[in-house]
Amino acid sequence: MSLNSVGRPTRPAADAPAAGFASLSGGRGLLQDEALIFERDSWEGTGVDLPSPDAGAEDLAGLVRARPLSLPGLSEPETVRHYVRLSQKNHAIDLALYPLGSCTMKHNPRLNEKLARLPGFADLHPLAPVSAVQGALGLMDRLSHWLKTLTGMPAVALSPKAGAHGELCGLLAIRAAHAAAGQTQRRLVLTPTSAHGTNPATAAFVGYEVVEIGQTADGRVDLADLAAKLSDEVAAIMVTNPNTCGLFERDILEISRLTHAAGAYFYCDGANFNAIVGRVRPGDLGVDAMHINLHKTFSTPHGGGGPGSGPVVLSQALAPFAPTPWVVHGPEGFKLLEETEAEAAQAFGRMTAFHGQMGMYVRAYAYMLSHGADGLRQAAEDAVLNANYIKARLSGVMSAAFPDGPCMHEALFDDRWLEGTGITTLDFAKAMIDEGFHPMTMYFPLVVHGAMLIEPTESESLAELDRFCDALLGLARAALAGETERFTAAPHLAPLRRLDETLAARKPRLTWRKTETGVAPAPLAAE
Amino acid sequence: MRYLPLDEADRRHMLGVIGAPDVDALFADVPAPARLSGPVDLPGYAGEIEVERELAGLAALNRPAGAGPFFCGAGAYKHHVPATVDHIIQRSEFLTSYTPYQPEIAQGTLQVLFEFQTQVAALTGMEVANASLYDGSTACAEAVMMSRRVTRRRKAVLSGGLHPHYATVTHTIATAEGMEITRRPAAVDAEADVLAAIDSDTACVVVQTPNVFGTVTDVTAIAEAAHAAGALLVVVTTEAVALGLLKSPGEMGADIAVAEGQSLGVGLNFGGPYVGLFACREKFVRQMPGRLCGETVDAEGRRGFVLTLSTREQHIRREKATSNICTNSGLCALAFSIHMTLLGGTGLRRLAEVNHGRARTLAGALAGLPGVEVLTPRFFNEVAVRVPGSAAALVEALAGEGILAGVPVSRLDPTAGMDDVLLLAATETTSAADIEALVAALSRRIR
Repeated sequence: MSLNSVGRPTRPAADAPAAGFASLSGGRGLLQDEALIFERDSWEGTGVDLPSPDAGAEDLAGLVRARPLSLPGLSEPETVRHYVRLSQKNHAIDLALYPLGSCTMKHNPRLNEKLARLPGFADLHPLAPVSAVQGALGLMDRLSHWLKTLTGMPAVALSPKAGAHGELCGLLAIRAAHAAAGQTQRRLVLTPTSAHGTNPATAAFVGYEVVEIGQTADGRVDLADLAAKLSDEVAAIMVTNPNTCGLFERDILEISRLTHAAGAYFYCDGANFNAIVGRVRPGDLGVDAMHINLHKTFSTPHGGGGPGSGPVVLSQALAPFAPTPWVVHGPEGFKLLEETEAEAAQAFGRMTAFHGQMGMYVRAYAYMLSHGADGLRQAAEDAVLNANYIKARLSGVMSAAFPDGPCMHEALFDDRWLEGTGITTLDFAKAMIDEGFHPMTMYFPLVVHGAMLIEPTESESLAELDRFCDALLGLARAALAGETERFTAAPHLAPLRRLDETLAARKPRLTWRKTETGVAPAPLAAE
Repeated sequence: MRYLPLDEADRRHMLGVIGAPDVDALFADVPAPARLSGPVDLPGYAGEIEVERELAGLAALNRPAGAGPFFCGAGAYKHHVPATVDHIIQRSEFLTSYTPYQPEIAQGTLQVLFEFQTQVAALTGMEVANASLYDGSTACAEAVMMSRRVTRRRKAVLSGGLHPHYATVTHTIATAEGMEITRRPAAVDAEADVLAAIDSDTACVVVQTPNVFGTVTDVTAIAEAAHAAGALLVVVTTEAVALGLLKSPGEMGADIAVAEGQSLGVGLNFGGPYVGLFACREKFVRQMPGRLCGETVDAEGRRGFVLTLSTREQHIRREKATSNICTNSGLCALAFSIHMTLLGGTGLRRLAEVNHGRARTLAGALAGLPGVEVLTPRFFNEVAVRVPGSAAALVEALAGEGILAGVPVSRLDPTAGMDDVLLLAATETTSAADIEALVAALSRRIR
């Protein structure tokens, strides 16, 4: 053993403990167990210094809380430590490839974060006089111009707050247009079996009956089935393009022609617009309405599950029915058109209290400006190239769901190649965690057995793609070689092992509750 | 292009592995007439310097709330957000992760959601809360639709004190689903007016306190009347700080409590993103919209958290889901939760008292102005006042002097017949000097 001048060993001892080692405290070195904020004795504490009130609350006698609000307050250092420790239990795009198909986990530029925090955007009140918010309205106007130009559509409703909210907006516009034309018998919405769950959910939410359209063996909408199901009772079709199998709908022009011939509208789920932005304009495909997930195509951060933003581009036929408010340009600059004004007479209503996700508009616009028309096109090409590269590299071992022809921005595999191994798609996905990657989207789309949907995005370098493919190929070979335990017991190296989701649903514990022992929350009534 | 790691050599190599002659071959499924031959008619890529210049230029054309005396509220409130909040939400692991579909590597987000749900349940006095919705207005619409699922009735009665935009959003969404919405006439102290409209077809009654005119009401009697008729009471709060001082919706008998959470941690953001708080009685949990986080154990028996009761949701139930919602407002829920953790119950109470005290100072100063009448009988941090002439014109004129003097009711609801009514809010960020400046400007304008 070599020693430095004070006798401190500078090389590890040869007999250092190996696997199976447990710490005394239960933590794993830097990865610490972190109690809930309710489990420390901080019920009276606070980490904010506030002045004394100007006056008391005697004027609100009988209206104030009878009992004090019982919530813990932590000092600032304790708060910072709590959340930083928790953050270390999360995977993130900034750590490694995050190939969640259909979710488009691409790099989130920090410039956009900086710009969204400029007080001129972040510290603006939605109902400030329009003379005080001309720059904000101007930004909304420019963003609209970019979205309309990129999609080849004449109008856009910015306010929807997420993709599903955008779907709702699009279908409400379609419903209003049919109502204005006296077409109230149109009560059906057609969606392919491969559609996102939000499509049928949204259609039902608006009062439509959902009818499924079949799929061909090569993963596209079955035109004959569509033609057979179109009628004067159909209000709209909802088709994702590129679709959820990661394929471009080759017959898209025929799909829109048939739909329009039947008097129905074509709602396109734009979740996968990132694959074609700058190369194909949905307006040229006959689309009547399409939401654009700014958090996907234009990279506003996913934030652990939102906030998103889902502007909807609209065709000429649907534009008059767009929800208020929207920005118009008048002699005295920009103004907001509200529902009570004549120009908005046909607006179907309002999606949200104010004007939508301004914070996301700023980020998306900065992203667009940074890329420009050429950069956005290049981003789409790189996203498609990366997905095809993964498909080519993995296809030798794993079974591609649709091996013939190129895919778009995501590569879809099924579980045929795992047959006889005793390993499921879920097991394989959990083993990816041990290799340092977030699993792909699993078991979606529903039309492919044991689906594994891999979306790398354009943000990955060739080296990272190779590292990912090498890891997956290594796992695949281990699976085929019978290393079952590596998969069925995975993950081994995550902060937690596999979680019991059945228990969570059977005895829901949705909030922490103080009990006599002071720790374990009481479960809600069992199912 | 600074965001794209591939270079031309990489692309050539990759095309070789794929076996494609060029990238166009990968787009071969696009019908020829729909292929764009080159970039669309928009500017080319730009460096950070140029992008920052354009955006900063646009930002400079706006007048931020912090630039001078500021009194706007009406559903969006300016509060001080501790610096810690914005620092933590920009951590990569929170900012650049997604919905916790893989709980083993998302315990950070999941534990935050569990703590958030507990905080929201405590604040609203309810038993359970979800992991957030888009904002208060969409949460209000979701509550009305949930009341239909619970009661199997089709009618909803909205109070005339409900924020007009909330009422419109609810009307837009709930009528599409086939509900019948009755909106009572706008009035400053309107809540009891809903009583006469409740009948045996009523699924829910929606009341807001403090209402859009700032009026605070104990809605216990409305809860009793609603329950006697078999209807639910939905209580809306657009100013979450008020929950620190006032009786909670649960204490007053609410079945569903919804609130805008923007006041804590989130900021103004010109109207979004915000965070919708949604809480209800435990017995209705399976009819709730949105994501829910629940406690469980892992394979080694250690406590962990997962998204749960997903059989309510669109990705499992498709057209039979309780809502079409996919994401929540995760990062804003995190910001809300961090701010709430810093405040604690003690700090939120104090913050609420400071807000209320500041509003009393404001109301007293306004009441002393000739021609100005304070209309709100019981307020938290916002008052409606009658001014001589058009409130909108007055606001425009004061904006010219650098004072954002509040929100004219005509901006929210031009049909209310309240063109001379102005809403003014005061918070902990309002200084005595701000109030003096407002009063001086008003007394010059109103003669």
